[in-house]
Amino acid sequence: MSSTDVTRSGASEYRQMEESITMAPVERLGTDELDQELLTLNMGPHHPATHGVLRLLVTLDGEVVRDLKPIIGYVHTGIEKTAEDKSYWKAIPVIERMDYLAYYFNAMAFCGATETLLEVEVPPRAQYLRVIHLELNRIMSHLVWLGTSALDLGAMSMFWYCFRDRETILDLFEYSSGQRMHTRYIQVGGVADDLPDGWERKCREFCADMPSRVDQYNDLLANNEIVLQRLRGVCPLAESELLKLGVTGPLLRAAGNPWDLRKAMPYSSYEHFDFDIPVGTVGDNWDRFAVRVQEIKESVKIIVQALDGLPEGPWITDDRKVALPPRHELATSMEALIHHFKLVTEGFRVPPGEVYYPIESPRGELACFVRSDGSSKPARVHMRDPSFVNLQATAPMTEGSYIADLIATLAMLDPVLGGIDR
Amino acid sequence: MPDAVGLELLAEELREADATSVLDTLYFRDKGQVTIAPRSVRTVLELLRAKGFDALMSVHGVDYYPEEPRLGVHYELLDMGALDRLTVKLRVPLDDPHVPSVTPDWPTADHQEREVYDMFGVVFDGHPDLRRILMPEDYEGHPQRRDFPIGGEPVMFTIDESDGRAYTQ
Amino acid sequence: MAVKREKLGGGEPVASDDFRIRQLRARDMLRGDLEGTDLDTYVEERVLTTTMDKAVAWARSNALFPATFGLACCAIEMMSIVAARVDVARFGFEAFRASPRQADLLILSGRVSIKMAPVVRRIYDQMLEPKWAIAMGACSSSMGVFNNYAIVPADKFMPVDVHVPGCPPRPEALMHGILKLRKMIQEDPDMGWREGYGARGTEEVVPADDTQDSAVNVFVPRSNTAGA
Repeated sequence: MSSTDVTRSGASEYRQMEESITMAPVERLGTDELDQELLTLNMGPHHPATHGVLRLLVTLDGEVVRDLKPIIGYVHTGIEKTAEDKSYWKAIPVIERMDYLAYYFNAMAFCGATETLLEVEVPPRAQYLRVIHLELNRIMSHLVWLGTSALDLGAMSMFWYCFRDRETILDLFEYSSGQRMHTRYIQVGGVADDLPDGWERKCREFCADMPSRVDQYNDLLANNEIVLQRLRGVCPLAESELLKLGVTGPLLRAAGNPWDLRKAMPYSSYEHFDFDIPVGTVGDNWDRFAVRVQEIKESVKIIVQALDGLPEGPWITDDRKVALPPRHELATSMEALIHHFKLVTEGFRVPPGEVYYPIESPRGELACFVRSDGSSKPARVHMRDPSFVNLQATAPMTEGSYIADLIATLAMLDPVLGGIDR
Repeated sequence: MPDAVGLELLAEELREADATSVLDTLYFRDKGQVTIAPRSVRTVLELLRAKGFDALMSVHGVDYYPEEPRLGVHYELLDMGALDRLTVKLRVPLDDPHVPSVTPDWPTADHQEREVYDMFGVVFDGHPDLRRILMPEDYEGHPQRRDFPIGGEPVMFTIDESDGRAYTQ
Repeated sequence: MAVKREKLGGGEPVASDDFRIRQLRARDMLRGDLEGTDLDTYVEERVLTTTMDKAVAWARSNALFPATFGLACCAIEMMSIVAARVDVARFGFEAFRASPRQADLLILSGRVSIKMAPVVRRIYDQMLEPKWAIAMGACSSSMGVFNNYAIVPADKFMPVDVHVPGCPPRPEALMHGILKLRKMIQEDPDMGWREGYGARGTEEVVPADDTQDSAVNVFVPRSNTAGA
């Protein structure tokens, strides 16, 4: 079907695939009598340190990385196409499974885009509940990052500590929505259900414990000589380069640019909360590490403020054409029954238009583009995933560094392949 | 966000520079969208960069089937200083899906244009390395076009009722 | 001496006179009346081989080395079983080996895309016998949530022993699946899912020529199992 096929020679299929990849022009090094040759090493897709199925074609000069080409697509699931086939309500679980560590954020971006198109208002309680769960998800994502990055660096015990706290957060998710991961809690117009009894107390217990836990993790890692040597001064990239590459999130903040959508272009009542944005100075791996660890503490602050100021009210919009009516109404009201039926079978119709809704996910700017053609199914859903864009910064960052630094940099980059490949 | 008036002024400035570049403007849900002619995308983006929109956040494709011209490419611009966003859209027909690549000016568009090529078949002239990024290298077809079938297979179950077997532990 | 392998339990139903013969031989053994080749056969069949089989199966099942093979969301829940709450080290399975040559259990956690399927198969081929595979989650067992052009169910290209449903399955569910596999290895190493693939033990039987259907993917799509 494509009219622009790459020309193929008569080589075997596998070699043909390799041929289509052009290496950057790296000249053959020949200084003095020693004729050095560059080695092309294939890392992945099955590799314990690539945070998912990421394949890297690394051109090495000894142990020094001269060029890097990431090859992705090994977990491409066709999520965007699948979402076109389902009504808006039923597409939420599919969209959630994109960036599998930040599932509330995926749902938030999609629901936010749909709400913008529908011009439906989210009640304040729902906004606060969304903020609480989003920040809990952010903490959970950073904990997984911390555990697996420390594992990559060799500090294995961090993995167990971080996953212990992750289990507490997943318990909270399970308590409020019924599922540990991919909870389908954020719905179009609000959230799926109110907080059960005792959730707030459990959450406050967690928030009371967490800052001291973060301090403990800092004590374990931040003063460790090996961690410092592996992260300090390693693979920095200037802020201007990062901006050119479209990098956002903790990577950009580590380089000194305090760009955070929660503060710059607040959504879902983030402007009501008082929190700081951790910013680094140099932009090396150490700053990326410190920024994320500090962000956990800031998120705890937000959650506590949200719990303190949680307003009363409905947790989902009253517009019955968008949100399911409460079940007790189905027994008494005919309109409720009809609304329920229409929403579950066909779904709500969204006025035609195109919307791009950006939010701040743990990895950067996560945005959802929804194009609606007036029917009950989206005509195009595109997730602008931060890891997909941030991955392009790997090559400039790691040029001239060792393979070990490449592993550390990949860990600090925090790529989530589900988001990259969608 | 530039409001509706600001959007029209912006469009006027773009038309001053290149009379046929701006095809349409739309102010929808508090955000400006500008539709331009495909051949002028590089100049338009440079002009917008000079006006402050110095961050290209996203390049993505849309299939407008059955409306013609069918394939669209959207560029999402962000002005970090003034906290503005702007969408630049262009449409190309299926039989001539060529768009000048903005990768030399905006390095962030590298992987994103490859994805649009892979999923929709839009060819970006001047892209340093245009090949498939998400599908296998030798895949035929552009999956996210609206007329590409969604695919899938029937789920294979172990025990089928028609066999007459009951499931026992 | 040629060792005759015998199926433990299961298999075809035993004819009654077969049993009678075995009963008489057992009686003779106890009396000390079995001589010569009869005695040799008896010893091979009953004492050595059976106990040896059982011991080997017990050892294999209690020391599975899973391969680190996380693909997508299920990988995070697979990491959770290594974590402290559902501790897989209780059972002896915490030694996740990165190299397929050293691993004997492949936990396919996550959605297998068409680009990844040949890679998975290659990793599976590189593992040494005996090897087992668990398809964790809905996406690798069937197509899961995404029934579209980009995903392949694992049964299409490699034999799978245990399917664990869920999206993603709870760590406890995955543990249940692994323990089920362990029970399968201990009790009936020749039985289970692999019977459908015509396998011997854990070895896959690959047809000699291309005209036959592959032993893997035994599921001929039947007309009334239209997909989800």
